[in-house]
Amino acid sequence: MKNKSLISINDYSKEDIIRTLDLAEGFEKNPNQKLLEGKVIATLFFEPSTRTRLSFESAINRLGGKVIGFASKDSSSVQKGESLKDTIKTVSNYSDLIVMRHPLEGSARYASEVADVPVINAGDGANQHPTQTMLDLYSIRKTQNSLENLNLFVVGDLKYGRTVHSLLMAMAYFQTSYHFVSPPELRIPEEYKMFLQKKKLDYHEHTDFSDIISDADIIYMTRIQRERFSDPMEYEKTKNSYVLENTMLEGTKDNLRILHPLPRVNEINEDVDNSNKAYYFPQALNGVFTRMAIMSSILGLQ
Amino acid sequence: MADSTKTKLQVSAIKNGTVIDHVPARHLFKVISILGLEHITTQITFGTNLESKKLGYKAIIKLSEVFFKDKDINKIALIAPHAKLNIIKNFKVTEKRDVQVPDQITGIAKCGNPNCITNNDKVNTVFYVQPKDKEKVALKCHYCEKITDPEDMEVF
Ligand SMILES: [Zn+2]
Repeated sequence: MKNKSLISINDYSKEDIIRTLDLAEGFEKNPNQKLLEGKVIATLFFEPSTRTRLSFESAINRLGGKVIGFASKDSSSVQKGESLKDTIKTVSNYSDLIVMRHPLEGSARYASEVADVPVINAGDGANQHPTQTMLDLYSIRKTQNSLENLNLFVVGDLKYGRTVHSLLMAMAYFQTSYHFVSPPELRIPEEYKMFLQKKKLDYHEHTDFSDIISDADIIYMTRIQRERFSDPMEYEKTKNSYVLENTMLEGTKDNLRILHPLPRVNEINEDVDNSNKAYYFPQALNGVFTRMAIMSSILGLQ
Repeated sequence: MADSTKTKLQVSAIKNGTVIDHVPARHLFKVISILGLEHITTQITFGTNLESKKLGYKAIIKLSEVFFKDKDINKIALIAPHAKLNIIKNFKVTEKRDVQVPDQITGIAKCGNPNCITNNDKVNTVFYVQPKDKEKVALKCHYCEKITDPEDMEVF
């Protein structure tokens, strides 16, 4: 993986994924390894995302590296009409690795083609966010002790949710059984069903969520956004049907864990937070370890 | 078979060159732009809305003194998979060729996703041609990873 950009989760094989998760485990046990000493990492956020940026910067700081970059488009020369290519070419001169978030789909792939240093995609529009997927996989493996043969329930906006699409594809390496729970207008797109059929993996679609979770190992909750609905009344009707409440967890498996990419709105009731099955806050912390692993392996330091 | 007699007549009408037959009539103008025919200065004749058993309506293009390389002509296979080429030398058909769908196409079609980098910055499009079903293919954008249907694709 040395010098290889990480743009899409599909860039990683099963072996790449497992190797990265093993490395991340090492960083969790011993987070203070100064592997990035003397390295400069550029974090270019053409669209603000405080959570993702802080997670990367925390990972870089723990590894002893230095950060340059910008947190939003307003503070960069992009505003003056500079092309993405020119920005990336310039930043390549000053850094060993570029971490980039951009509102346009495909921007990260393009940046990796013009940059002289590797690029990590920290989200390109609705397309990919592979480091989020790696932290999701890390959280699943850590809580289940394995990634193989799990019952994965994914709930909410399955049509536009990029974290869902990437997770679905990555989990296809591990004989997963999928359950997709969503309102009819936000169903999982056809192309992903075709992908699972080709891999001969089991999947089920549901519109109701209340009594089907008794054999779930992982419930991955996502936000349902108002702007995704053409009819606001439809949104009002559906928004509360996909809320997880503590009482629903009665009779579920002991090993069940609830994940969420955060931030949440109301889709997980706060009464779930104290359950030992809630895992969304530690999940975010795992992002630091997986990002440490990804950056140090791309720079050839691990 | 009035249609085929007529076709033969038209074919024999050029001395040297290429006849492209069995182009779906609705895609004639896309085929013209993909092949860049507007830049050709030799004689070209078009026929369109000709009845065809296979295609409903077809178009035919006769190009005098023009011969295509496989890699260029195969670009039209996305929208005219049944196109047939007749290579004419000295008023005779010397060779018949089919078109083959390429694995990858570069710089011809626009990505259908308005939020794609290729529609917002000076980036050449690259698509991977993937089977959709037995008859049809889909174009997967190398950049945004979204699918464009060749039927709807816009040509530059
Ligand atoms: Zn695209």
